[in-house]
Amino acid sequence: MAERPILEVEGLTARYGAVTALNGVSMSVARGGICAVLGANGAGKTTLLRTLSGLKRADAGRILLDGADITRIPAERHVHHGLAHVPEGGGVIVELSVEENLRLGGLWRSGRRDRARRMAEVLELFPPLRERVSRPAATLSGGERQMLALGRALMARPRVLLLDEPSLGLAPLVTRQIMHLLLELRAAQDLTVVLVEQNARSALSITDHGFVLNQGEVVMEDSSRRLLADDRMRHAYLGF
Amino acid sequence: MDQFLNLTLNGLSSGAVYAALALSLVIIYQATRVVNFAQPALALISVYIAYAVSQATGSYWLGFGAALLTGLVLGAATERLLIRPVHGRSPLSAIIVTLGLLLVLQGLAGMVWSNEPHSFSYPLGFRGRFSASDWFALASVGAVALLLFGLYRLTPLGLRMRAAAFRPEAARLSGVRVGLMLTTGWAIASVIGALAGMLAAPPFIFPNVLDAVFIYAIAAAVVGGLENPFGALVGGVLIGLCLSYVSGYAGPELTTLAALAILVLVLSVRPDGLFSRPTARKV
Amino acid sequence: MVSLRNHESTGQGEQPRRASAPSAADRWRALPALVRFPLAAAAAFAAVLALTFVTGPTGDLRIGSVGYYMLAIAGLQLLIGYSGQISLGHGAFMFLGAYTMALLVLHQPALPLWLNMLITVVLSCAAGVLVGAATARLHGPYLAGATLALAVGLPSVTVRFPELLGGSNGLAFSTRGAPPALAGVITNTQWQAAAVWLTTLIGLVVLATISAGRLGRRMRALRDDESAAGLAGVPVGRTKVIAFVISAGAGGLAGACQAYLLGTATPSSFTVTLSLSLLAALVLGGLGSMWGAFFGAVALVYVEVWGEDLAHALSLDSNVANNLPIVFFGVLLILVILVWPQGLHGMLRSLAGLVRRGR
Repeated sequence: MAERPILEVEGLTARYGAVTALNGVSMSVARGGICAVLGANGAGKTTLLRTLSGLKRADAGRILLDGADITRIPAERHVHHGLAHVPEGGGVIVELSVEENLRLGGLWRSGRRDRARRMAEVLELFPPLRERVSRPAATLSGGERQMLALGRALMARPRVLLLDEPSLGLAPLVTRQIMHLLLELRAAQDLTVVLVEQNARSALSITDHGFVLNQGEVVMEDSSRRLLADDRMRHAYLGF
Repeated sequence: MDQFLNLTLNGLSSGAVYAALALSLVIIYQATRVVNFAQPALALISVYIAYAVSQATGSYWLGFGAALLTGLVLGAATERLLIRPVHGRSPLSAIIVTLGLLLVLQGLAGMVWSNEPHSFSYPLGFRGRFSASDWFALASVGAVALLLFGLYRLTPLGLRMRAAAFRPEAARLSGVRVGLMLTTGWAIASVIGALAGMLAAPPFIFPNVLDAVFIYAIAAAVVGGLENPFGALVGGVLIGLCLSYVSGYAGPELTTLAALAILVLVLSVRPDGLFSRPTARKV
Repeated sequence: MVSLRNHESTGQGEQPRRASAPSAADRWRALPALVRFPLAAAAAFAAVLALTFVTGPTGDLRIGSVGYYMLAIAGLQLLIGYSGQISLGHGAFMFLGAYTMALLVLHQPALPLWLNMLITVVLSCAAGVLVGAATARLHGPYLAGATLALAVGLPSVTVRFPELLGGSNGLAFSTRGAPPALAGVITNTQWQAAAVWLTTLIGLVVLATISAGRLGRRMRALRDDESAAGLAGVPVGRTKVIAFVISAGAGGLAGACQAYLLGTATPSSFTVTLSLSLLAALVLGGLGSMWGAFFGAVALVYVEVWGEDLAHALSLDSNVANNLPIVFFGVLLILVILVWPQGLHGMLRSLAGLVRRGR
């Protein structure tokens, strides 16, 4: 029996003034899956994530998370529904320490002991962070910041994790590390990941499904394997 | 030597008051990037409420409590009603709005309580070299500083407030209600401002009573670096001491000019204040 | 890229529609600034002079007040509206100008008025260089804080030098009125109002010419984005200081006019409230346009007058009456920012646009 998708998007439209950034996007993401959202610069990838997490108001359409309508709830309520968003560049608060950044992510949950346990788990996942836990986040390297951003999102125990270009500005080796981490996370944490990437090849290599956006519309959707193999599509939209 | 000691002690107790008012400015600046020029007026109204309550009940301390409560309400209301609508506009908009509020509240105070001075009592005894009231000023401002430090560094509320001030968007994604945090920041700041008003006003209150104190507090906040609460405390004490010496050795009419001189001197060496973090300005 | 577009021209977007038959307004705008501004000033002067023939001495005084406030606000407009530096201490330069004028009249009575004005301008500009150079590296709230301290601190020097500056009572003096040749034609107050307006208009022509020229464009580039302006070759520090000096000169000249008009210079007329009122009037009139200065000055003078009249008419309690103008001003300030950020000038222009489109 087909399980209900954890994230369903129907006819999502978002505008910036006269510019339509998303034009009737519909997609569904299977539970426990890891899917890629691909497309050129300005295709609407970041706007899609910002609209999903409530940072941008949707002008039309619906967003269902596990069957619950979350289209109109404010951004700060999304963590309560189990949706976490790591924005482009990570959004690490450099003025706070590593530990404070992590603590912030779990703050909305009640129960001090539960939060402490979660913190230990997250630090377990990211050994470089454990060594720098009381340092200011400003002293971290780019890869470590991306880890910290991921860790902060994971502190909230999300069911769905939205990731915006985690490899942006990172060395290929670090990018590979982050991608592997995502695979591990999916396996260990009962997590569904929506990954926005400019780097289509590396994104498709770890995801099982892919959506291709062009000018605010989903122009193609298929399994990652088939997308990788489809030369026409690769040339037209992904540029490799 | 004896005079030097006297001036130092005086400088410390008035410096504590400047530090408190500077602290309230810095808290608000950190949270919303607004220099709250209405701060002396919010404190002024708090002090007048204290005056009215003390007159009605005969108790100084009931009035004191009423002042702090008034500060809390006024600060929160100002953020909600006046500052939030101009959020994201040019910095001048917020400055103008707070200046407008300053004029309105000072005028209202004059309308209700007249422009004539009323006598207003000290919290404790005020006679002698370092009187009980001086001690009270120093101790209460010290306590406020410690409480604030604890709040910001050790409590979840403090962490939320800092996150909301530094990176509102990242804070929202972590579930922080940013608007509420900013309002809380304004409320806390205005309570501290009200405390500063209660300490600075005696022996008389009139609508412009806090103007000079406010100038020194701005000087203290700017000298310390507008983004650093610790800087505000140091700046306050520094300005307090300097002005006390200038007033004692050179004449009281030179204090404001001395404050200006300190300001220009410090800022010409460090344009963002003594304790600011060196950050790259946005290009 | 930095926009070096002249902001004055934003309202003229619909002009090309009528390009085939240039209207009088178009031909007027096509005149070079050096011709256009003096012509406008001459017309304004004639209008003001005519107005003084129908008003009494009190009216003349108010008209004169509008004049010098306008000059001070226009100077502030150049600094804040054009170059984007927030000064809360412009009353200090008016103070300086007023006392310079008073001292010159008292100690060098032989000097003619125009020379006094000239000396005042030079002195205030010198003070502007000093303050501007000291504060050139400050930005935003830091500059606001420093200038605020200046506005509070400077007037207290009068108490320091009571023999020379008259302490807190200030200096009182009398100026020569209308020349004997004109006795019977115009009154002394008319003469004074006219002299103030002549000075103001000359000052305004200078300010308007500057802001329409290269320096003005540089200032606006600075205001819009300091870093980008610097990268585009605008000398940031120098332009800032120049803006400060010019506006200080205008402030000083305005102070001199005030002293000349009232025959006194007292520290109590140059409180922080004055500096804040100037800023308030500027915002009220509208930032970024010299017309804003006019509306702001009218508001500054007549809000107070109307407040007094209203209080009188309603026989309000004196506590209420005394504070009515500042409360009204404060409310107006908040409302303008919240509801109509372009100020009175912007409001009138939008209304004019509506009317034009409605035809």
